[in-house]
Formats: sequence, structure tokens, C-alpha cells
Amino acid sequence: MSTVSSMGRIHSWDLSTGVDGPGTRFVLFVNGCPLRCLYCANPDTWRMRDGRLVTADEVMEQVDKHRGFITAARGGVTVTGGEPLLQPAFTGEILRRSKERGLHTAVDTSGLLGARATDEMLADTDLVLLDIKAFDVGTYRSLTGGRLAPTLNFATRLDRLGVPVWVRYVLVPGWTDDKDSVDGLGEFLSGLGNVDRVDVLPFHKMGAAKYEALGIPFPLRDNPVPDRELTDRVREQFREHGLRAL
Amino acid sequence: MTVVAPTGTEAPGVAWRGFTGEHWRRRVDVRGFIQANYTPYEGDAAFLAGPTTRTRTVWEKVSGLFPEERRKGILDVDTAVPSTITSHAPGYIDRDRELIVGLQTDAPLKRAIMPNGGLRMVENGLRAYGYEPDPFVTKVFGTYRKTHNAGVFDAYTPEMRRARKAGIITGLPDSYGRGRIIGDYRRVALYGTAILIKEKKAERSLLDTKPSTPDVIRDREELAEQIRALGELEEMAAGYGCDVTRPAATAHEAVQWLYLGYLAAVKEQNGAAMSLGRTSTFLDVYLERDLAEGRIDETRAQELIDDFVIKLRIVRFLRTPEYDALFSGDPTWVTESIGGIGRDGRPLVTRTSFRYLQTLYNLGPAPEPNLTVLWSPRLPEGFKTFCAQVSIDTSSLQYESDELLRPCTGDDTAIACCVSAMTVGEQMQFFGARVNLAKAMLYAINGGRDEMTGEQIAPESEPLTGEYLDHDELYKAYDRTLDWLAATYVDALNVIHYMHDKYAYERLEMALHDHPVHRTMACGIAGLSVATDSLSAVKHARVKVIRDADGLAVDYEVEGDYPAYGNNDDRADTIAAELVRSFMEKVRRHPTYRDAEHTQSVLTITSNVVYGKHTGNTPDGRRAGQPFAPGANPMNGRDKHGMAASALSVAKIPYEAARDGISLTSTVTPEGLGHDPAERAGNLAGILDAYTASGGFHMNVNVLDRATLEDAMEHPEKYPELTIRVSGYAVNFVRLTREQQLDVISRTFHGAM
Repeated sequence: MSTVSSMGRIHSWDLSTGVDGPGTRFVLFVNGCPLRCLYCANPDTWRMRDGRLVTADEVMEQVDKHRGFITAARGGVTVTGGEPLLQPAFTGEILRRSKERGLHTAVDTSGLLGARATDEMLADTDLVLLDIKAFDVGTYRSLTGGRLAPTLNFATRLDRLGVPVWVRYVLVPGWTDDKDSVDGLGEFLSGLGNVDRVDVLPFHKMGAAKYEALGIPFPLRDNPVPDRELTDRVREQFREHGLRAL
Repeated sequence: MTVVAPTGTEAPGVAWRGFTGEHWRRRVDVRGFIQANYTPYEGDAAFLAGPTTRTRTVWEKVSGLFPEERRKGILDVDTAVPSTITSHAPGYIDRDRELIVGLQTDAPLKRAIMPNGGLRMVENGLRAYGYEPDPFVTKVFGTYRKTHNAGVFDAYTPEMRRARKAGIITGLPDSYGRGRIIGDYRRVALYGTAILIKEKKAERSLLDTKPSTPDVIRDREELAEQIRALGELEEMAAGYGCDVTRPAATAHEAVQWLYLGYLAAVKEQNGAAMSLGRTSTFLDVYLERDLAEGRIDETRAQELIDDFVIKLRIVRFLRTPEYDALFSGDPTWVTESIGGIGRDGRPLVTRTSFRYLQTLYNLGPAPEPNLTVLWSPRLPEGFKTFCAQVSIDTSSLQYESDELLRPCTGDDTAIACCVSAMTVGEQMQFFGARVNLAKAMLYAINGGRDEMTGEQIAPESEPLTGEYLDHDELYKAYDRTLDWLAATYVDALNVIHYMHDKYAYERLEMALHDHPVHRTMACGIAGLSVATDSLSAVKHARVKVIRDADGLAVDYEVEGDYPAYGNNDDRADTIAAELVRSFMEKVRRHPTYRDAEHTQSVLTITSNVVYGKHTGNTPDGRRAGQPFAPGANPMNGRDKHGMAASALSVAKIPYEAARDGISLTSTVTPEGLGHDPAERAGNLAGILDAYTASGGFHMNVNVLDRATLEDAMEHPEKYPELTIRVSGYAVNFVRLTREQQLDVISRTFHGAM
């Protein structure tokens, strides 16, 4: 194993609670993503070249500064982005070194690049936050610009390896609220043994200002956000498949 | 009626049946009694009882008066009879239904006047609400009986007056009661006044053999007054049919006796903070005994606590609009400290700790009593979870680190006001408000002249004349200004507390302390984050000075970025820690009245708005008039890395240099804590564990949306109960001034990203 710390392009780090895995976590946002989801709230993380170049050592210095805190706060370290698997060596090193320190580790990914995650990397991962953007192949492509199959393959692989998964499903009216698709996804997930929960995340427009600042049009600017009723319905659909939906 | 029937002169043997331990029987030792007799509770909240019809009826009867009180400012006031322990006839909310009785005057929410602190304060307070001061009162306190306020102004120096007027030393208790003294009201229940008077006489007789020096004479007179006050407490209690000369024999009596002790204090003193102490686990001993004896059930146990808390919620004082501008929302700081860990490692959490918190459900959220949880990662999980749940549901709790408190003031520590720790019955403080550190920096830049008026306030010195501020030059000038400020400040406090002791001595509260008592001189600082960020800007960016025609520096342009306090960045955070340490050292150089131990707090309460208003543009880029951050908080919007990073910055301020407390107010949206109630409670408990383990001292926790507050500003009638924590206390949001509401809304809300 190389002793030279790998380099990565990052957007920022933060301490967050209740969003990126259990407890209060050190969250590393990496830059660069192969998808262009229409609802993306972080367009400033799309391009790798916009990120700040740092070494894993520098990141771990920050992690160490917060180690006592995130441990006592029942949290850990989450790598998110952007797409962490676009920089697998860097992400892998952060996960491995965090794991060595006894910290709970999580990676937040769309799964598109799941094949780039080595078994070693996944052994250092306590939790995968798997963003399944849609369950209909056509919708997935129109919504994200990418293919669905790699994500589902990755989900199956994580099950085989016994890596716990929290599925994240962004609920966008007119895009991902189709009853049959939700049921299809629910059925697929209930066939896996490693899905601890499904977070149904209501689409929001808090990223709109970022689009404006970047001078890019926000494609879903005029799309409605889901109401309480719709959100409850979709959660209930997942629950009917025996899943813990929040 | 349901008042406890006096049972004659029972020997303590009956009142103390079933209790164990010896030392507390031979001398006044409430802590010893608690340690020998309490039962820690490690379970969850499932046992708690809801409100009874009786409780609801009593609460609705008195809370039904709140809308009118809010509309008029005060519901009613007795303008003619200055309040003393025995001044007013007994008053009731609902005589047939109340379990715990006693009001400050003869009717609920009717306020009393207390002119000993200052006559003008009383007159202005009355006029503000459309009442005419009583001519006889004016004559007595204007002609025959000098007040604290009059005494202070006789002894202030011109320099003190200037500093006070300019707003660099602010909020001094020179025209109102100093407060922040906690009588050990538990003593009334455990011992009864007969034993307490006997003990006080014994303390007094030890002074009889000493030569009559001024200190000894003062102590003798004070002890005589304490004994007299205990006698007045007996008389007032008898008016309610309670014989407090003997110890309480049941839980009902224990709650009642304790409350009567507290009531006597708030009838005698209009202190800025009239805190209760640490009573829940003490009362739990009595409640557990009655439950075991089959005298009461859980419903009745909760009713007693609910009724007690109703009384604590309606403590009222007559104050002026100027006071309200500083400390908004009519706060009384009936602070009660709950939880913590004993020296022997057992948690001091009992079922009654839960029952106190349960009142926020049974009676609805409310700012008073100021429920304060002494937090430790070692607290039982069931209690932690319940506290977090209550915070999330009501935003009515504050937390202080038991891990920092216990080694300093022991395991019978209580918080006075917001963050001031003291050993109950052994310590008191001389409350000292605070100085404005941000303004002091502007004085340093301007050679001692005020940046808003141009007047020379601090001694004349060489102003800084460079186009850009030079860090070392600024630091030196600032240090000199702070030397002057500390000297003037401590000196002014000595004057104030000399006069307060002389003209407005807290007879009853001090009767419930040991003699001699340990005193602290509680100084304070405001504007820490502004001063810190200003120094950081000068060090890490470039700050250009803009001067007016007279050469007075009136504005600053920050060129480039600088690390701001509140992001767990040592480059800024060490500046804050160093400022606190250095000012503490400066304060310690000056002798104090009655040899009080020097301490300081980093706390503003809601006065951060007023201080900001009186402070010009600052080198951190803050605009003139803009509110400071409250307490030790980072400046609004500059803490960009979330609630935890912000808290970690504050946790770096050393407690040993701010033993009177370091206040942090955090606001987080519900989503910012997680997806469902259980997850949110677990995550909040985790943050409190982590903050405490990182050396954090205090955290106010608000779980709120900005939208809710904005709606409450527009439609206050929809939110009569909306409670938020501001800085060391909680208020009804709708009772804040508009400026303060806007300040709260502009604060950082840590949300889900």
C-alpha cells in the first residue's frame, strides 16, 4: 500500500446532524459528478475541476480535530458530494483511515460507479447511503442523464457483501411519484436483506440560488414540491413492502 | 380548601420518619440529607401522569388573565403599599382547588412596588403603565428613607457616570435589585423556621466576642435582619394556614413550605434574577416517601408539582420600559437546576426531575421557571432522551455542563439567572452586568473618544492614525483601554454592592445561607465575537480606516477574507479565548468589596440588541447599530459549518477564566436533527454529550423554523405559547420587542443541507 497520501478535489467539509447517516457526522463534500440530476441541490459540486485540491492527510487532520465530538455525538464520517466514487482512491483512503480510528463510516453515492468501489473499500464502509433516483429506466435517464442498471447491480452487490444501506429517494411530483414505479422499487428493495431504511426526501428548491449564482438554468425551477399527503403516500407504499420508510 | 392543615408542634422525629443519615440532623446540611435519602431513577418517561381536570381548571383560570396583561403591559399594581414579606393579605387563584398556595400580593398577577432599590424606578414603572405614583410613598422614599439608587449616585465618580452613559459599562444594577442570589428554600421544608432561627442565633453569638469593627458590626446587623425576616416568613405563612416553624411532614407540606420560603423572597426583593435553586431531587425524597406510604399516587405527585410550577410561572415584578429593552419579555429567572451527577457517581436524576419537565406538557410550554438541565454524558439514557424530546417539542430548556460545574462548586450547585453557578446556601454573587468589549476597541482606535459622540470617555491616548489598522499597534492600544475599563468597572461595582447591602439587603434570601457566605464579584463581557472577528480581520485581511473631518475613525473597509469565530478554526477561536483570559486577569488586579472572588461571564441575555445599537461600525465589517451576537455566540451568519462546529468554537473559551458562565444559544430546524422524533431526540442528546465532552459550558437549544417565527411576528395571537431561548433564559416570542424579534430571526438557523 502506498504511503503517499492520495489527492482529491473537494468542495468543503461540514459537521451535520440527521442528514448524512446516524448522529452528528464529519461530512466531506467531494467535487465531480457524472450525473446531472434535474433537481440537484448542489450544482457547484458538478465539475471536478471546480474543487479545491487537497491531500487525504489534510482531510484526516480535520477529521481528527472532530474525532472526540463525532464519537460522543454517536456519529462518524460521511463522504458525499458530488460523487465520491468518481475519486475512488481518495474516497477509499478517507474511509479506511477513518475506520482505522474506530469511526463509523458512510459513503453517499448514486451507485452509477459502484463498480469502482473495491471490496476492500466496502469492507471499510459501515453504511452506504444509496441514492436511487428513479425506478423506471426511461425516467431515470431523463431525470439524471445516466443508466439505472449499475445502481441496482451495486445494491445487489452490497447485499451480498452485507453492507447496510439507507436508500434515499427524492420525491419529485411528476417525476418520481408514479405509484407503480414506487411499488416496483419497494419490491426490489424488499428482496434485499441489507436495507435498514428508505428516506423519502421531498424535493426542495433550496439550491435555486446556487444556479443563479452560477448562471445555469435550474431545470425544475417551476416544478411543484410534494405536499404532505403525497409524501405520506409514498412512505406508506414503501412500508407496505416491509421497509422502514422515513 | 386544600391547604395543608397544621398539625401542631410535631417533633422532627415525626416529620423525619423513615429518613436516614445523621449529619444533616445535627446541623443545617440539605445536601447531606439528599445524599442520604434520594433514590436515583434510571428509567424512561412512561410513568408520568398527565394534567388533571383540577390542574387544568386552575391553570386556565390564571392563564386566562395573560391576554389582558399582555395588552396592558401589567394587569394591576398596588401603588400604595411597598412590598414586604408581610405587606399583603393572602391571595388565591382558586382557593378551593389550589394545592399550593401563596401570591406576591392579594390577587394573581397584581404587582407590587419595591422602592428600596430606587424610587425613580418605581415611579417610571408606574407611569409607563398609566398609574400615578402614590404621594405618600414618594414622600417616604424621597424624604425619610434613602434608596439603593440614591446611595450609588452619591458615591459614583464622574468617570463612572461617563462610562455608564456612553454605554461602555452597561446594565449595572444601580437602580434595580441585583438579584442572582439563591436562598436555600429547601431548608424551610426540611428544618422549619424554628430550627433555622436557632442556627442563625448561634452564628450570631459567635460574633458577640469579636471586637466591633465595621465588618463585624455589619455582620451582626445583617444576622439580626435575617432572623427578623424568618419571623416575618412565619407570619406570612400563618396567613395561609401553614405552620412553617416546624419541618414539613408530608410531600404536600414540603412543596408548600419550600414555595413559601421562595415567595417571601420575591415579596421582599425585585432582583433581576430570582432563581429557585435545585429542588426537584430534594422534593423527590418526600414524594417517594408519601408514595411508599400510600398517601399519594403518581397523579397527585404530578399535581403537586404542576401546582407549584403554576405559582412559579406567575411571579411578577414592576419594571420600566428601559429595563424591558435590555431584558425583554418580563423575565424573572426562576431558574431551577435539574439532573447532574453526584460526587459518588450516582446520577442526581429522580422521578421528580422528570415531573418538573412534564409540566411543559401538562401546562404547555412557558419561559418560566427557567428549567436548566445539568448535563453529563453519564446521565441515564432515559433522562437524556426525555430532555432532548422536551427541547424539541418546547424549546424551553437550557443545558449546562455538570462536568465543569461539579469540580468547582460541587454536586449541590444551582444556576442563578442564566449561567451563574453557586453552591446552594454557601455562595452568593454580586451581579455585575457587563462591559462592551467591541466599543472598547473603538475607543482604543480613537484615543479614548466615543465613536458615536466624539466625547472623551476613556483617558486621552494617542489615536491610531494609519490608513490601515496594524495588528500589533491595535492590540497594544486595546490592551491599555481594557486596563482602564477593568479598573473603572470593578470600582463601580464596589460602589453598587456597598449600597445594595446598605439599603436593599436581601434579608430573607441571606437567612437561607450559611454565615459566613462565600461571595463572588460577577463581572461580564459583551461583544466578544465582534471584538474577536475584528482582531482576526486586522490580522488575516486588511482593514482600511475611514475617518470623519475631525479625524474620528467612523468606519472600516475589510479587504479580503478572514477566519471568523464560530467555525472551529483556531486562527479565530484562540483570539476569543485569549480575550476572555486577558480581561479576567485585568479584573483580578482590582480589590473587591467584601473581598469577593472575581469572576466573569460571557453573557448578554437580550441586551446584545441594545449594546449593538450603541456601538458604531466595527473593524469586522459589522454595521453601526447592528445587534451583537448574544453571549458567546459567533456573529449571526458567520458560523457556516453547522451547529456542531459553531459549538466547538465556543467550547474553546476556558471556563476557569469565565467561571460565571459562557452562554451559547443554538437554533436548529427540526429537520436539522433528523427525520423522525426518536432519531431527532437521539441526535440532540448526542450533540449535548459531545459538546459537554468537548468542554462546552452552556447551550440554549431552540428547535424551530424561521417561517414559524415570521408567522408569529405577523400573527402573534396564533402563538401565545411560542417559547424560545434567547441567551440564558426563555421568553414568549410574542412578548419580545420588534427589534429583538428581528434579531432572533436573523440568527443562524442550523438546518438540513
